[in-house]
Amino acid sequence: MLLSINDLSVRFATAAGTADAVASLSFAIEEGETLAIVGESGSGKSVSALAIMGLVPNPPGRVTSGQIVFRRRNGSTEDLLRASSARLRDIRGNEIAMVFQEPLAALSPVFTIGEQIAESLRLHQRKSHADAMRMAVRMLGSLGISEPEMRARSYPHQISGGMAQRVMIAMAMACRPRLLIADEPTTALDVTIQAEILSLIRQMKEETGMAVLFITHNLGVVAQIADRVAVMYAGRLVEEGPTKQIFSSPRMPYTSGLLASVPRLVTDDSPLVLSAIPGEPPSPLAHPRGCAFHPRCRYAVKGLCDTTPPPLRDLGNGQAARCLRIDEIVGGAT
Amino acid sequence: MSEPALLAVEGLTTWFPVRHRGWRLRAPQRHVHAVDGVDLTVQRGEIVGLVGESGSGKTTLGRSIVRAVEPTGGRILFDGNDITHLSSRALRPFRKRIQLVFQDPTSSLNPRLRVGDAIGEPLIIHQLADTEDARRRRVEELLAMVGLPGEAMRRYPHEFSGGQRQRIGIARALATGPELLIADEPVSALDVSIQAQVVNLLLDIRKRLGLSMLVIAHDVAVVEHLADRIVVMYLGRIMEMAPSRALCRAPRHPYTAALLSAVPVPDPLLRRAHIPLPGEIPSPVDPPSGCPFRTRCPFVLPACAEARPQLREVSPGHWSACIRDDVLPS
Repeated sequence: MLLSINDLSVRFATAAGTADAVASLSFAIEEGETLAIVGESGSGKSVSALAIMGLVPNPPGRVTSGQIVFRRRNGSTEDLLRASSARLRDIRGNEIAMVFQEPLAALSPVFTIGEQIAESLRLHQRKSHADAMRMAVRMLGSLGISEPEMRARSYPHQISGGMAQRVMIAMAMACRPRLLIADEPTTALDVTIQAEILSLIRQMKEETGMAVLFITHNLGVVAQIADRVAVMYAGRLVEEGPTKQIFSSPRMPYTSGLLASVPRLVTDDSPLVLSAIPGEPPSPLAHPRGCAFHPRCRYAVKGLCDTTPPPLRDLGNGQAARCLRIDEIVGGAT
Repeated sequence: MSEPALLAVEGLTTWFPVRHRGWRLRAPQRHVHAVDGVDLTVQRGEIVGLVGESGSGKTTLGRSIVRAVEPTGGRILFDGNDITHLSSRALRPFRKRIQLVFQDPTSSLNPRLRVGDAIGEPLIIHQLADTEDARRRRVEELLAMVGLPGEAMRRYPHEFSGGQRQRIGIARALATGPELLIADEPVSALDVSIQAQVVNLLLDIRKRLGLSMLVIAHDVAVVEHLADRIVVMYLGRIMEMAPSRALCRAPRHPYTAALLSAVPVPDPLLRRAHIPLPGEIPSPVDPPSGCPFRTRCPFVLPACAEARPQLREVSPGHWSACIRDDVLPS
């Protein structure tokens, strides 16, 4: 186990009330594995990633319970929620790295790209400036960036969004992290660039054996990159399992609804249908009682789903789902 | 197709001047070739999807058609009338017949206006409801059409979710009884489960009202579900144009083929062979000679640099601007 999150809860105090962004979330990532967290806005997927990095803005956010246990390179384990800031500095950017959705917003406008990649090498690996810059250039080259020496001397405003995301990946990969957290890394990019970034992440993973926590709303991307999927809804994990199983036999009605609502590019004669999930994802300020999905679920039963919060049930095949009627709706879920 | 098209765009060109750097006072004026000679039609009752990546000019084309930016050349014919150079007063009757749906329903609705007033505003401007009572009835009818309760009219935009706000935006666009809706990325800001709702709503509205739509989007899969025909743009020009299913099943232009191959398949058992595109999209200030895609095309020939390839009808209704017929199966 590389990272295991147990019973994590994150709350935000807002003017309109308390938002339970993440509610007793537990999951684990094995070494070398790609886990995708899928969810819509307000599902808590990004907040969970921020919690791992210790980046939940406080105030208004607060981690109210849980442990995030990370196994370090030297074999020791560390609860990231309780580690000293010196320890965290030693882990972040070094053993755990993160790439964000808006690469141009995440890069500093006043340093060259080379300097920004070199920074973590100087910090974590005590390289000299010249060595770190040389490594940064090599890094850019290995990411398929042409004329890496020239690029290393450019500033973020001189490059395109797709190039900036490659630079972000270079920064993240500089210290060969054991875990890469990618929060919607391709959402702001064109599809042709997205395809390149995905194959780049796949290639980096194969070369270094790192694990990837991939946060996205795009099920197409999930299918192409993840070994395992965790589906979040209203701050909770509602289903998890191996990617192939989740796509072929989802057991939680939200998962199957989501899969049916994705527009697929149809390249043969199969029919074009989109079945939408009625209603909207709930506001984190007011999660429905019982099963949070019940107001939108066509299998919901009055007096059960609207009162009893469903437990996450282990289905024995590596899959787990949170639904009270799981035994009754087998096979009928799509 | 004996009936004239509802919208016909002929050789439309929209260039933007590039501002000079201070020290190059005498340098020749350069232009961003945002839209560069586009021919396009939308028939009555037809949904045409306009797809392309950032910088393809799809949004500028949409804005040029409604004259939100002034085209530099070419003609825009709406229902047979040339509206390219009409004054804003003369354009007003056409504004009623062409309405817009925007990407971000949050920023396109006035936060201080109740929903009923936002939807009712075009009715006042175009004098479509004489009394307050008539206006209220029409607003209720429009809300019902987009699947919202009548009481929504007394609330403010912030009280609604993103999907509901997009429905309000659509209701507002429908208020004047338009014949053509131009929707720029109508679902891209919405959650996946809501996208499908709005796609189905737009299809339902077309079925009920018989209006035409030009849907501009970067997501080919969404457009395939929505549009009868798809137009693919790259660097301000049309690369390919065909009935949606034909285009997605058997693209004839190498750019379309690469674009489609990059769309991730939501099926872990399937991996489409991805056709990588080398390099970056060229600057629209200085587009390549000949075919704009030639600098990244895997099938480029010397001839591709010489003349700009014209759209050719490669099979009935299927047009492609590529000189090579031998590289992609028909």
